[in-house]
Amino acid sequence: MSHPENAAEFLKDHAKSKWHDETLWFVRDKRDRISKTIPEWEELRELASQIKDNVLANLGSYLEDFERNAQKNGIQVHWAKDGEEHNQIVLDILQKQNCTAIVKSKSILTEECHLNPFLEKHGIDVVDTDLGERIVQLLHQPPSHIVLPAIHLKKGEISALFHEKLLTEKGNEDPAYLTQAARLHLREKFLRAKVALTGVNFGVAETGEFVVCTNEGNADMGVHLADVHIASMGIEKIIPRRKDLGVFLRLLARSATGQPVTNYNSHFRSPSPGKELHIILVDNGRAAQLAREKFKNSLKCIRCGACMNTCPIYRRSGGFSYDSTVPGPIGSILSPGLDMKKHSTLPFASTLCGSCSDVCPVKINIHEQLFEWRQEITKTHGEMGKGLSMKLANGIFKSPLAYKISGNLMRAALKALPESLIYHPINAWGKGRNLPETPKESFRQWYQKNRS
Amino acid sequence: MSSRDNILTAIKGIPLEPKVLPEIPDFGVQGELTETFIQSILGNKGEVLSKVEFESWLPKAKFSKVISLSSHFPEASTLALPEDPHELEDLGLAILDGQFGVAENGAIWLEDSNLGLRALPFITEHLVIVLDRRNLVETMHQGYNRIADAVSGFGVFIAGPSKTADIEQSLVIGAHGAKSLRVVLI
Repeated sequence: MSHPENAAEFLKDHAKSKWHDETLWFVRDKRDRISKTIPEWEELRELASQIKDNVLANLGSYLEDFERNAQKNGIQVHWAKDGEEHNQIVLDILQKQNCTAIVKSKSILTEECHLNPFLEKHGIDVVDTDLGERIVQLLHQPPSHIVLPAIHLKKGEISALFHEKLLTEKGNEDPAYLTQAARLHLREKFLRAKVALTGVNFGVAETGEFVVCTNEGNADMGVHLADVHIASMGIEKIIPRRKDLGVFLRLLARSATGQPVTNYNSHFRSPSPGKELHIILVDNGRAAQLAREKFKNSLKCIRCGACMNTCPIYRRSGGFSYDSTVPGPIGSILSPGLDMKKHSTLPFASTLCGSCSDVCPVKINIHEQLFEWRQEITKTHGEMGKGLSMKLANGIFKSPLAYKISGNLMRAALKALPESLIYHPINAWGKGRNLPETPKESFRQWYQKNRS
Repeated sequence: MSSRDNILTAIKGIPLEPKVLPEIPDFGVQGELTETFIQSILGNKGEVLSKVEFESWLPKAKFSKVISLSSHFPEASTLALPEDPHELEDLGLAILDGQFGVAENGAIWLEDSNLGLRALPFITEHLVIVLDRRNLVETMHQGYNRIADAVSGFGVFIAGPSKTADIEQSLVIGAHGAKSLRVVLI
């Protein structure tokens, strides 16, 4: 389904979509307020952008540095060209451990690789441990936002789900009560897990260490109790130096949720004695995106979600309307690089207002890339309807007589056309828009009457 | 060719314009360091206690299982650190020394040498971190300057208790990790 069709589905529940819109705007507002308490905020964004530019210009050698240093620290480094290879590596590690269960903390990359269904097919019990991710996993849904995975759900729905799955009291919608129930449920999973998987926020080339940020502490609960820690990392997550973390950790949480830093920022350098630490470096289309001069900057993304919270389209259409692992403005410039046909409507799901670029902590020119993708998609797929209307317009503007007649006709037609035709479901433009009142006469007629 | 070589060859075949790696200025914070740090911890839903306040709170809290690795409160332990972190399942309180704290956001740095077991500050029901007020730095930049080239298998900035807002954006303290953080400033 296209983005507009999915969005229409989301908007059917008016009260919920209004709540979604307002809640995300509230998060955007928190980001604004906290950013204004840092006098050097704009300098930090510029630094982050320049560091990431440098990373992309030297990605190959930084990856080699990272690999060498990580191996020196006792980390086992794997490389995966795509999601399939990534998933197979995870399964091989599990099978080597004779292990049939895994606990995961938030990793958008494993969503991108469709790891969960692959492991489940091979008889592995997969448990997502971030509260929001556990909620959507129990509902057999993907996350609808990269930082707030269950933002599309109301507490009544979560209460009903937990009543069914975790045997909580029927009708108890208290978030503290529901969170406590999830704590008990997941603690049991943590205590039993032999293998834990996390994503990676930053990998440091200079030291071979990597950093994972959470507020819940679920990543740490998983990996420190398990015997084996697997970290899945997109190859663009590299940063050159340890001190660069100062810039990125100052920007990440403030941009994401308006808090000064996440409560747990864990730096993994070598495994605990007797344990294993694996890192999987995943390409899955990233090298191809790096080769696209106009779109390579999308790889600078640190996955804060600020562009989603600010986007007037995302807020009003919901994450699922994008049908892409990463939704919102950044997803709309990343996903067409992976599958242009499937994601062809996404770059059009934007007003090109530029708010996404304004809040991006690494200064990705998101709205300009949306515009560039529109051109790529139009070139590739063609657009029959628009092509025809442009040809028609071309004819009208060429002939003064045709222009005059068509103007008279349009003014008459807009007055005469029944509302049902203008605001017909087929006319997407008529949705949520009112036509202006048509003037009685054209400028030419007015001029002849008054000035000639 | 292996996937590693495939990926690296593909990347190295892309003509990329050189980009300079910028130097990072030493940004500071305005205001008094200790007060800024205290406000940051409170904002993160932690508490800040003096040594005297902590000493009066601890016996009243009546924890049956306490592990203290703090050099300031060695006598507070009621059990020894086990070898297997799973035995910490019902630990009531952990008391640890933090190396330094960051005023701008309340983040406190701890390494393997402070933690005993990496799971300790997460699995414990309540956490106390003891911090010398002379070990406060302004921002994360000074924080990483302070860590410099130190090598630890694991290091963590802890800035508050475990929290979540995944249910309708309502803030709930105590998701998976410690349900409270008390910082004792000495």
